[in-house]
Amino acid sequence: MFKGYKSAAVLVALIAFSPVTHAQTTERRESGKNIHRDGWDRVVPAAPKDQKSEPAPVRDLTGIWEPTPGYRDGVFATGPKEYPSDGKPEHELPFTPLGLKTWKEHKPGFGTTAVPIAQNNDPFDICDPIGFPRLQLFNLRAIQIFQTKSQVAVIYQNDQVWRNIWMDGRELPKEILEPRWYGYSVGKWTDDYTFVVETVGLDERTWIDNVGRPHSDALKVTETWHRVNHDILELTMTIDDPKMYTKPWNPLNKFRMRLQPEWFDIREMICSASEAQEYNKTIAEQAIAEKNAGKKK
Amino acid sequence: MRKRLPASLLVAAAFLFVSSSLSAHHGNAAYDGRTVTVKGTVTAWVWTNPHTFLKFDAKDEKGNVVHWLGEWNAPSTLVNFGITAKSFKAGEDVTVTMTGMSKTGQPVGRVTKVVLPDGQELSMGSER
Repeated sequence: MFKGYKSAAVLVALIAFSPVTHAQTTERRESGKNIHRDGWDRVVPAAPKDQKSEPAPVRDLTGIWEPTPGYRDGVFATGPKEYPSDGKPEHELPFTPLGLKTWKEHKPGFGTTAVPIAQNNDPFDICDPIGFPRLQLFNLRAIQIFQTKSQVAVIYQNDQVWRNIWMDGRELPKEILEPRWYGYSVGKWTDDYTFVVETVGLDERTWIDNVGRPHSDALKVTETWHRVNHDILELTMTIDDPKMYTKPWNPLNKFRMRLQPEWFDIREMICSASEAQEYNKTIAEQAIAEKNAGKKK
Repeated sequence: MRKRLPASLLVAAAFLFVSSSLSAHHGNAAYDGRTVTVKGTVTAWVWTNPHTFLKFDAKDEKGNVVHWLGEWNAPSTLVNFGITAKSFKAGEDVTVTMTGMSKTGQPVGRVTKVVLPDGQELSMGSER
């Protein structure tokens, strides 16, 4: 029996002082390589190169999902994947005159219309709610999907918010009494692996993406969540806002997300008002210098 | 024995005017494409969203202390590259490489690499 205790003690000591354990707890750790970690600092397995997978379960999106093949593939700092703001003709949006005017009034930090931080008027930079659809068109990182008979709920790493998508048979509201940052959403299965969501009633103060594309109260967003197999979910989005755009456009087209292990903890990524204030204070000297430099020109 | 100068006195070691494209994460319109390497002493490591900041002091050619500000990626990105809230301590001598410098000449840049006193390099490798 004593021998057993002794063996256990040796084992505990070996674990406690093993290089692997030390690497997890030390303040110094290997750098320069992309080793993805979840919110509890656990190493997340890399996506396999072979995309083969078990068949998808029927009418089921539950699970924790991240963009793939790179977990940062959904950052979209310069605009959504299919329509980045890069000046290329194929990425020009079909603006109405009002749409173009409104876009020019927006002063983003990125894209062809980017301005220095002192002139920026991005509402998310002061921690206004990021809103929908920007929630999925900028910093689309980990999400977790829950389902009941009545709804699909999605929680997002991005700003730690959630949406409720009703599938209890209700229709979209005919009249919007109260616009919401994340709108009013209903969804339905169009086949066993495809869930289509429509959202209206979106607050006009939000931007569609990180480069300031505008929307009006007429915006309707359609999402198609298609579960390709057990491990892969594809997201397609359609922006339909006749006041701002002459025709609908797709910011994302079959954008892929991968199912993560059940133990994956979604990291906090929250716009904190005090941190935003600190950020602005920290760069204030630079911003003032920029303004002064601008006056001298 | 070779006489060693304190790292904080080794000023703006290399101004390598290397052109590069920025693919930064949050607001890069204020930065140009220069790469600059500065040796200095950490005064603060600010682990916040939307971006982190490494504040450090270095002396210029005239011996004046310059308060540098190195902006780096969001915590949720850096942690995947071995860079954590505990990576830097005030008082540590570091060598900071910044690619993307303030267009107005302010001592502000976007960090790409930091070398610690023990020689360890902290960076995002080839990613930005």
